[in-house]
Amino acid sequence: MISLYLEQTSYLHRMPAGIKLLAMAGLSLALYPIEQLSLLLVLAMLTLLIYASLGRPAMRGLKVFRSLVPIFALIFIMQAWSVGVYEAFALLLRMATLVLIANLITLTTKMDDMMTAMMPIFRPLRLFGVDPKRIAFAVTLLIRFIPVLMGVTQYLLEAWKSRGGGRQLWKLAIPLTIQSIRLSDHVAEALASRGGIRSVKKP
Amino acid sequence: MQDKSLVQIALYAALIAALGLIPPVPFVTGIPITAQTLGVMLAGVMLGPWRGALSMALFIFVVALGAPLLSGGRGGLGVFVGPTAGFAIGFPFAAFATGYVALMLRKLPTFPATLLASIVGGILVLYVFGITGFKLVTGRDWLDATKIMIVFIPGDIVKAVIAAAVAQAVVKGLPDAVYTRK
Repeated sequence: MISLYLEQTSYLHRMPAGIKLLAMAGLSLALYPIEQLSLLLVLAMLTLLIYASLGRPAMRGLKVFRSLVPIFALIFIMQAWSVGVYEAFALLLRMATLVLIANLITLTTKMDDMMTAMMPIFRPLRLFGVDPKRIAFAVTLLIRFIPVLMGVTQYLLEAWKSRGGGRQLWKLAIPLTIQSIRLSDHVAEALASRGGIRSVKKP
Repeated sequence: MQDKSLVQIALYAALIAALGLIPPVPFVTGIPITAQTLGVMLAGVMLGPWRGALSMALFIFVVALGAPLLSGGRGGLGVFVGPTAGFAIGFPFAAFATGYVALMLRKLPTFPATLLASIVGGILVLYVFGITGFKLVTGRDWLDATKIMIVFIPGDIVKAVIAAAVAQAVVKGLPDAVYTRK
């Protein structure tokens, strides 16, 4: 399954998801008012130490940062230019630490456990007649169909390239959308012919 | 909600994830534009405001659960505390606004109607969320936060045009599939 979760055991893996989420909320709030660079540096180092304590796969999990580099650089330049380099470093460290801590939870919590921990958010929806089971079913369906649609995308991309490619890559969005709509009709029919979601015992 | 709507919502969310797989195209501003916000615009147009918003909410929820579905392989809770958190949170609202405006403009031909709807929902509404989130995370003032975001606007206008072109092509191919065009 596509997930950022690390398949291993550690003290963080054993901690219940709810506690981890609450801890993250608390830490994020505590981190906001900190302005001193030295303290922020210590906290960032501590967070990195936790990553190191989880072993090499966790360090590899740090690569999520790569896609954030352009926006971080942009923010750094703006901040250094208008306020000062010291403040720019402080801001960068604070943001990076926040993202690292949050990412840590994602790395050490199974999607199932995370979902169970987040389910209480949906409890109020019962008042509007929404069965949490349907939400769980939608999540399962989404996760199941991502590889299918990624396969379709890949196949369309290859067909595109073999026909000479070209610059108007966006045109792939048309067959991709049409294929998804067709697929969704087929899945809906298949589901209806099997008695609908009501009959799904365990999503 | 009918089972069929639920399937549509889930599959559309999966489509947004697949769109994140299309390689980003470097645009004139030097910042790569990804197909993902294109998907947000299309969600509103194809599914209408309510189902469009629900499918984006589902997508964002699964990202929060830890699936690396945002373009560039980003995902997990880190997304919601980073500088671009506002955009992710704004996805459902942007899809809703796009669908709403598209329904309002039903009398107009497909292309201008979806173009206008995509600009209002996928750019205006999305950036209100994006800039607010950016301001909260970085502590910049409104003007600075807006200035940083301006570099992304030209790419997003291109995406709105593409969303309109895609909607037009789909209406031609499968007229019943586009909710805001029935």
